[in-house]
Amino acid sequence: MAQKEYAGVTVDVNDEGYFTNHLQWTKEIAAAVAKEEGLELTDKHYAILEFLRNRFNSGEALSIRSINKSGIVDVKEFYAMFPGAPLKRSTKIAGIPKPSSCI
Amino acid sequence: MVFSEIEKIVPGENRVLLKEKLGELNYDFLIIATGTRIAPEETPGLLGELWRRDIFDFYTVEGAVALAERLKSFNGGKLVVNITELPFKCPVAPLEFIFLADTYFKKRGIRDKVDLTLVTPLPGAFTKPIATKMLSGLMEKKNINIVPDFNIAEVDNQNKQILDYEGKGVDFDLLVTIPTNKGSDMIERSGMGDDLNFVPTDKHTLQAVGYENIFVLGDAANLPTSKAGSVAHFAADFLEENLISAIKGEPLKAKFDGHANCYIVTSYSKGTLIDFNYETEPLPGRYPYWIGPFGLLKDTRLNYFGKLFFKWMYWNLLLRGHHLPVTSHMSMCCKERPVSEKNK
Repeated sequence: MAQKEYAGVTVDVNDEGYFTNHLQWTKEIAAAVAKEEGLELTDKHYAILEFLRNRFNSGEALSIRSINKSGIVDVKEFYAMFPGAPLKRSTKIAGIPKPSSCI
Repeated sequence: MVFSEIEKIVPGENRVLLKEKLGELNYDFLIIATGTRIAPEETPGLLGELWRRDIFDFYTVEGAVALAERLKSFNGGKLVVNITELPFKCPVAPLEFIFLADTYFKKRGIRDKVDLTLVTPLPGAFTKPIATKMLSGLMEKKNINIVPDFNIAEVDNQNKQILDYEGKGVDFDLLVTIPTNKGSDMIERSGMGDDLNFVPTDKHTLQAVGYENIFVLGDAANLPTSKAGSVAHFAADFLEENLISAIKGEPLKAKFDGHANCYIVTSYSKGTLIDFNYETEPLPGRYPYWIGPFGLLKDTRLNYFGKLFFKWMYWNLLLRGHHLPVTSHMSMCCKERPVSEKNK
C-alpha cells in the first residue's frame, strides 16, 4: 500500500491518491491535499468536505446530485469550487473513497 | 393476481398500500422489481420547444418512433448523442445507437455530411479501461467524435446547444439524449430510495438494506453494476436461493457477483460482446466457455449473428423461464488480460 505525507503526517493512500483509511484525515491534512490539487480551502469548502464525510460515514451514496441536498451549494457552485471534476477532487480532499458513480 | 398501481410500501409494517383505495396487501416477504424510468424533466431545457422536434430519447416507444421518423428527414449536420448522468439502463445502448447511425448514414450516402459526436460524463467511451480502449478505437475508425467529462447542466433551445456546469457548450442540429434515469416515484413516496429513487440493496445477497424480508431485483436496486436485462436474469437465480433461505430462517448463502453480459452491435453486420462483474472488468477472450464461438471485445460478424440468434432465445427461452446454457456467475474461463495491462 502506498503512503504519502501531508502536513507532517504519513497517511495510507491507493494508486490514485485516495485515502484508504478515512480516520487518518484532519483539516490540516485536507488543506495540504487541496494545495497539491491547486486549491485553497475556504470555510465553504470545509463545510462541503464535512457534508461529504458525514454522508460517507452514514453509508449513503455520493453523487454530484446529492450536493443539492447539502444546503451549502448547488451543483453549479460545486463545480466552481472544485473545478473540472468536483466529486472526484472533493472526495480526495475529504479523505474518503472515490465514489462509484465516478467509475 | 392484483393489477393496481401502488401508492406506497410501508416497510416497517409489512404492508403495500394500493392506489385508488383498492385496499392494501400484507406480506411476509416482498420482492421489489419496479425498474427505472427516464426523467428528462431533471435537466432544464430538455423538455423545451425542441423536444420531439430536434431532441429525442429512444428509451420510450414514443421517443424511438419519433426519432426514427426524424432521422429519415435528417440530411446532414451535427448529430449529438448525450448521456446526462450515471446510472442509466443498458449502458451500451448509446454506443450501439451511434454505431448504427454511422452505418445508416453511410447506406444513405450522406455520411460525409453528418458529424457524429458522443458527449458523455465518463472519461471515455465506456466505464472500464480495457473496453474503453477497444471501443474508443472503433469509434475513431468510424470517425465518431467523443467529448468526455461533460456533465450537462442545461439545454439552450434557441441556440441549439447543450451546456455543462462550467459553461462549456456543444452545438447540435439533432440531439439524442439519454436522460437522467430514476427509480419509481413510489419508492420515493415510501421513503426507501437514494437520491435517484433506487433502493439501497446488499450487492451480494440482494436484500434491501435495513429490511430482512425485502429483496430487490433488476434496475430498481442501486447495485454497482449495469442496469441491464442480463443482470436481472443472473441475479434472479441468487435471489431465489436467498429468498428460500430467508423463508426457512437460514443464513443467506448465495452471493451475486454482479455478472453482466451484453452484445454491442457495431454496424449492420458486426458486433462485439462484453462479459464482466463487480470485480472483473470486460476482458478479451471467448464466450461461452472455451468452445465459445463469440469473441469478447472483438468486432466480428459471428457476434452479430449471435445477437440475432439471441432475439430468438429471448422470446422462446428466456421469457418461458428456460435456463440458458451459461453460468449465472461470471466465469474467468477463456478471458485474458492484455499483456499491457497485466502488470497493473
